[in-house]
Amino acid sequence: MLPSMLTVDGVRVRFGDRWVLDGASLTVGAGEIVALLGPSGSGKSTLLRVIAGLLPPDGGRVLWAGEDVTAVPAHRRQFGLVFQDHQLFPHRDVAGNVSFGPTVGGRPKAEVRQRVAELLHLVGLDGFERRSVTSLSGGEAQRVALARALAPRPRLLLLDEPLAALDRELHDRLAVDLRHLLQDLGTAGLHVTHDRDEAGAVADRVVNVDELHRR
Amino acid sequence: MNTLPGPVRAALVAVPALFVAVFFAWPVAAIIRRGLSVDGVRDVFTDPGLRSVAWFTLWQAALSTVLTLLLGLLPAFVLARYRFPGRALVLAFVTVPFVLPTVVVGTAFLAFLPESWDQTAAAIIIAHVYFNLAVVVRTVGTLWGQLDPRTEDAARTLGASPRQVLWRVTLPQLRPALLAAAAITFLFTFTSFGVVRILGGPRHPTIEVEIWRLTTQAFDLEAAAALALVQLVGVTLLMVWWSRFQAGQAVRLRLRPRGVAARPRTAGQRVLVSATVIGLVAVVLVPLTRLVLGSFRGAGSGLSLAAWQALGGEIGPGPAGRTVADPWDAVLTSLRFAVIATVVAVLVGGAAAVAIAVSGRGGHLLDAGLMLPLGTSAVTVGFGLLITMDRRPIDLRGSWVLIPIAHAVVAVPFVVRAVLPTLRSIDPRLRDAAATLGASPSRVWREIDLPFLRRALVAGGGFAFAISLGEFGATSFLTRVGDETMPIAITRLLGRPSALNLAQAYALATVLMVLTLAAILAVDRLRGEAASF
Repeated sequence: MLPSMLTVDGVRVRFGDRWVLDGASLTVGAGEIVALLGPSGSGKSTLLRVIAGLLPPDGGRVLWAGEDVTAVPAHRRQFGLVFQDHQLFPHRDVAGNVSFGPTVGGRPKAEVRQRVAELLHLVGLDGFERRSVTSLSGGEAQRVALARALAPRPRLLLLDEPLAALDRELHDRLAVDLRHLLQDLGTAGLHVTHDRDEAGAVADRVVNVDELHRR
Repeated sequence: MNTLPGPVRAALVAVPALFVAVFFAWPVAAIIRRGLSVDGVRDVFTDPGLRSVAWFTLWQAALSTVLTLLLGLLPAFVLARYRFPGRALVLAFVTVPFVLPTVVVGTAFLAFLPESWDQTAAAIIIAHVYFNLAVVVRTVGTLWGQLDPRTEDAARTLGASPRQVLWRVTLPQLRPALLAAAAITFLFTFTSFGVVRILGGPRHPTIEVEIWRLTTQAFDLEAAAALALVQLVGVTLLMVWWSRFQAGQAVRLRLRPRGVAARPRTAGQRVLVSATVIGLVAVVLVPLTRLVLGSFRGAGSGLSLAAWQALGGEIGPGPAGRTVADPWDAVLTSLRFAVIATVVAVLVGGAAAVAIAVSGRGGHLLDAGLMLPLGTSAVTVGFGLLITMDRRPIDLRGSWVLIPIAHAVVAVPFVVRAVLPTLRSIDPRLRDAAATLGASPSRVWREIDLPFLRRALVAGGGFAFAISLGEFGATSFLTRVGDETMPIAITRLLGRPSALNLAQAYALATVLMVLTLAAILAVDRLRGEAASF
């Protein structure tokens, strides 16, 4: 068993009167890829938002390497997040999107440019730098979103149904690509999906949403 | 509607075209002809007095615009992103200053600001910000409410601090709305007349006020025309630049059809929302409350009805010792002119809207021509009418008729804008259905188009009524002794330094405010019904 890096400990989130998460717990080991499997509306995305620091929980803790990061704001957590509908910045081109993380992190320009080329190569989109993000196909947009999330070298990559909007063939191909990519980089990943086959193809370990609340 | 007979369609085009040609295009052409006298235009650029007027007009408009944008951003954000009880009411509330007559806003700030602020640039700029805040809150807020907040979430997970998210993700996406709000605010403050007349006094004239002063007090029509021409060219250049710029700005954004407003979750968010709402309501209410209270101030320190009782009395001797009507007469005169202006504007604007809806290219031309008065200032309209309607073939010198006509010129674009969307929203299949059921073309028109049109025309009429009540720029040039409208009577009262006159001005401004808001509320209710129609 790998040493646990991410620990989610009894996270509770309430929307109005409804408890979406009521004491959810989960661990991800170093370099491990975990798939979180469950139907839509089961609170998977909410849990990802809590881990990413985008949503303050009503209870419970998020720890990284034993350190409590629950109060650390999203931009200091170094957890990357890939959205189902990619959420690329419409006012920036492909390079502008991928370079966003390293740029706001204050990396020098030359290094950023090199990093963008490197990542676009990694996701198979060499030479796409100056393309407008609105001209991309669904698969291309999702690859750019992945490259963008990896650019600032996150210590954990959160993936929220990243392949759900793609057609079957592309979906299966990207699922395999994604696994290889994360394995090569050695980045820990938490992959949320409602698709059992996809979960098996991408992850080292599959956790069912029902198991979140079992202590 | 395509079933309308040819002569009817021709008349629908001819009436509004003729109206705009005679009462707008011709006067503007006259300004251009007079203003082109070389000396006049050269004076504008060389005369130190006129140059300082132009410079002040420019910088106060720029500063007003920047301040309005800065102050409008936070309320725009809060109203766009948070859902809370009373949100629609707050949004309507923010719009109140924008629909009030400029004279009411100016007078309210006179009542509200300390006396030492009288006739300062700061007073003008504060009133401009107050007046235009709704433009920013509504224009920017509408787009902000449609931007997907998860785009900002993506930036945060990439390591962007809140400030970096604002500057690199949010504001660039809001650019089209920010520029639109800035352009509108700049146009309004650049051509501002009522607020500047009341708060700036003779010490801080803008181009508009100077045109008025040169015309009505110095009787230097050549210089006034030259200044009006410079202003006209400036505004036209601004609008041309703007439409070109906008065409090149077609940024595709990720917009969500539904609003993204959510209830405030954290304590910080709840404080932010409450503070912003309370602040907004206070900002809107305080000057208006001071205006109403000011009308009840007696000679001493206590409350008094003296000003209201004295509304029936004479304002006092007018220019050259002629007797001026009393303030209540001004109310009646305003109502009379507003009724006439509304009828004219609804007839002309309604005909124009139908003509635009049924015809193709000619319709576009008419549409553009009718919108011109919207970009030109009311002062230009009034000044142009003054210098053209004083000789054959149309000699209306000394007639009150020009005043409601000028009001109608200003109001027609609003009537067209109120009616056109309704006409276009009628499902053509309704007409087809009626026709297949055996209705003749004129019957189709009566049964299908007219019921829709009627509501829209009444709404447009309400706008025209409110515009006429508060119209000040054009009226200032055309007013005659004995025919004072409310805004004119208010400025006359303000020009007399007794405490009673001041309180009377506040009382009359209160009446004008209430009547205007009543007209706008009536329109709003009608539109609400039309929407659920």
